[in-house]
Amino acid sequence: MSRALRFAPFALLVLIIGALVWRLSTPTDTNVHSTLEGKPVPAFSLAPILPNKPALDSSDLATGQPHLLNIFASWCIPCVTEVKVLQTLKAHGVAVEGIAVRDRPGDLSEFLARNGDPYERIGSDPQSQVQISLGSSGVPESFVVDGKGVIRYQQIGPIDRADVPMILAKLEQAR
Amino acid sequence: MIAETGLAALWLAAALAGLQFVLMMVALRSGTDVRRAMRSVALVQGVLTLIAFAALLTVFALSDMSVALVFENSSSAKPFIYKVAGAWGNHEGSMLMWVTILAVAGAFVALLAHRTSERTTVAALGAQAILALGFYAFLLIASNPFARLWPAPPDGQGLNPLLQDPGLAFHPPTLYLGYVGLSVAFSFAVGALLTGEVDSRLARAMRPWVLGAWVLLTLGITAGSYWAYYELGWGGYWFWDPVENASLMPWLAATALLHSINVLAARGALKAWTMMLAVIAFSMSMVGTFLVRSGILTSVHAFAIDPERGTFLLALLAIYVGAAFILFAIRAPALKEGAPFELVSRETGLVVNNLILSVVLGIVFVGTLYPLFVEAVSGEKISVGAPYFDAVAGPLALLLAMLVGIGPLLAWRRERRPVLKRLQIPALLGITVLAITIILWRDMHILPRLGLTVAAYLAAASILPLTGRNPLRAPLATWGMVVAHFGIAVALVGMAANAAFSSETLAVAQPGEILTVGPWSVQLASVTPTAGKNWTAVEAELRASDGPRLVTLEPESRYYPNPPTETNESAIRTFWNGQLYTVVGKQDQNGGWQLRLWWKPFVTLIWAGGALIAIGGALALLGRLWRLVWRRRPRAEEWRQERYA
Amino acid sequence: MRRLVMVLALIAAAPLLADSDLPPAYWSNRQLPDPKQEARAEALMEQIRCLVCQGQSIADSDAELAGDMRDLVRRRIAAGQNPAEIRGWLIQRYGTWISYKPTDEPAAWPLWLAPLALLLVGAWLVRRRIRVRGG
Repeated sequence: MSRALRFAPFALLVLIIGALVWRLSTPTDTNVHSTLEGKPVPAFSLAPILPNKPALDSSDLATGQPHLLNIFASWCIPCVTEVKVLQTLKAHGVAVEGIAVRDRPGDLSEFLARNGDPYERIGSDPQSQVQISLGSSGVPESFVVDGKGVIRYQQIGPIDRADVPMILAKLEQAR
Repeated sequence: MIAETGLAALWLAAALAGLQFVLMMVALRSGTDVRRAMRSVALVQGVLTLIAFAALLTVFALSDMSVALVFENSSSAKPFIYKVAGAWGNHEGSMLMWVTILAVAGAFVALLAHRTSERTTVAALGAQAILALGFYAFLLIASNPFARLWPAPPDGQGLNPLLQDPGLAFHPPTLYLGYVGLSVAFSFAVGALLTGEVDSRLARAMRPWVLGAWVLLTLGITAGSYWAYYELGWGGYWFWDPVENASLMPWLAATALLHSINVLAARGALKAWTMMLAVIAFSMSMVGTFLVRSGILTSVHAFAIDPERGTFLLALLAIYVGAAFILFAIRAPALKEGAPFELVSRETGLVVNNLILSVVLGIVFVGTLYPLFVEAVSGEKISVGAPYFDAVAGPLALLLAMLVGIGPLLAWRRERRPVLKRLQIPALLGITVLAITIILWRDMHILPRLGLTVAAYLAAASILPLTGRNPLRAPLATWGMVVAHFGIAVALVGMAANAAFSSETLAVAQPGEILTVGPWSVQLASVTPTAGKNWTAVEAELRASDGPRLVTLEPESRYYPNPPTETNESAIRTFWNGQLYTVVGKQDQNGGWQLRLWWKPFVTLIWAGGALIAIGGALALLGRLWRLVWRRRPRAEEWRQERYA
Repeated sequence: MRRLVMVLALIAAAPLLADSDLPPAYWSNRQLPDPKQEARAEALMEQIRCLVCQGQSIADSDAELAGDMRDLVRRRIAAGQNPAEIRGWLIQRYGTWISYKPTDEPAAWPLWLAPLALLLVGAWLVRRRIRVRGG
């Protein structure tokens, strides 16, 4: 048996272990990111879910100024704390639009009454259709959309207080 | 107190493993006879780990919440069997089970080994001790099962409801006995490579261990498949999930090893291959353990994600497998092979068999780790799943099944008789079945169609070794082979039938409504609330009839409060010609209930086939052990007899 | 634990803390009336990876989002779209991760070459073990 052949298994092992070491050392991102960053928001038109809140249409996101599109639900637990952060962003002048996924009017109004309401508009997405068309895979998620309606950044998971400066910066860049 | 006893026993066992290793070094360097000392040390080590494991079982049985592991994985409301089985339904507990089996296997090797030379046995026991040391270290440093919690909480977090099933009592222990049983083969290979004594004697000593581990692994995988089938509620039995693949890979390597060992035992040939396979088989067990516990692959089976533990296991893997591969590379030139095999001979048949098994093993390995590699190199995320594995492994498996019909008919050294003539009837049977499927079921997919064809051929061909002589005088090993190969055909029929003939009905039904699935009419008679020891549920009463038969099924949709989870408990009825599989889901806004109904003709043959394969292996093992008891040494006539076996 | 939905849903049972209580979409658990269309829909669903559980196809998943995706697939198949289009639409939004069926892009070639390569390497390794008699 030639030397190359005899040591081939060991060489192969080194390669495999190397890959596994890399894998262990780089934090695994199990989130599935939307591939629409840099692309325009797909056209959609959602029905209103609350009587005193206008509905959301994709054209509302292309008005010349950047928007923060927040995908949330009243049954989503991290959304409770995120709403307060969204209110901080609203105080900074950010236009926050909401898509309520699989939600009921009663539950939603109770949620907003209890936790605060930073949303300009809220669209109802009872079967996750628009969520899927945006490439979103769960709640909460947020998208920074520029004035022309192009998605610039996707935040998977709730926006924490620590993320506020970063989001504001992204919104500035999207101007 | 009990927990501390267990922990102390574990420390002592680790110390003894160290001692066992030192004894080996002493023996190999200076030639001292350490057999007696080694035997005692290995024995005590085995007993100590059993004590530690018993301690863990006890604290779980008593629901002692001051032990952190019990708090995290158990609750006092659980039924007793799940309290005990829950001991190994988590990372630390299952790791302790692993180490216990490792030590006990070593003890048995020390007690029973008299067929290999003393030097090789000592070397093998030393290798087993080093293996154990690494895992003791892992347990004691990074995964202490006996860590205490203070103050002790009043009750625990409960066991995942999916695990509260008889499957938990059976599937992991069987699998682990298989995985860790392969460690003995690994140790023997390492020992023999160290002493240079790779010969038929070694093969005959290793064979019962490999057979035993393989039988248990087969049973464990079959049981796991059936458990997933009835538990997950969608009628699938194999998902090419990374953890399933992690159990399949050692099995493939062990199957190849089993057959290779027969060549080494009968002809003293294929030395390098057999040693390499023995190392790979247990390496695959370790890779599996690593994959499941490190969190680098997502799976429904994965234990808690912990990269730190993953790193430790990876280090162990790298050291053990790396050292074994280097040893192999250094010692390989010393392994003298004989003359090449004749083209038409059993040896060649077994080589081709091993080749195909290795290719399938390689495919499963590549497919499972490929997404990782691609992400490492380019950052891109791709998914590899059933569509890939079915497309590639399926045809190879069918090819292998065809060859399985021929191989056992070939003689050792050189087959001069026309073997293909004996296969005329099986071939005819296969072709007839193929014709029938083409005539009756035009739309059948090609893979199930070929599956049924090959299964018919193999069912007949596998019996041929018993014909032409008095079957009752055939050795048990031959019976074992016939039963196992026949089992392959049976499982194949089940898989093909499930793919080709299953009927599925998904619908929303009001109480009183009747649905059809296949030849069955199923009426949703009522839906009532019900409760168990630690769950509440809605139970649907289904009345099903296909004309002559009338049965009632009661699937449930359960809610467990601790931890809060919803599960489906499917209701299955088994008949001679198939299974009726029913699941009830949620209620929709109009008061209708989601129902999932399947009629799966002959699906049980899948697991019946798996069981037959295991039984065949057990028969062969019995036959070998029987000979061991009678202390027969292989003689010329016996060897000649094997030609016709 | 930023994504309760993701982490808890590593087990196949539906974690109650992260579910809406709206009923599933109409077509998520009903079969299309045309059996050929249903067969095509199911074949496609078995190749789409569930975003929540991540270890199963949407055909085998109890997650709500998987149910909504099944509904989407069935509606589009019923409307006449072919499976390749629907898969492409999903890949456009989620990347190749979402498809269990390896696409024909260069990243997937080694997967298809692997079996052939393994067979050839294996055959080469055993060539000296087998002697072919001439005649």
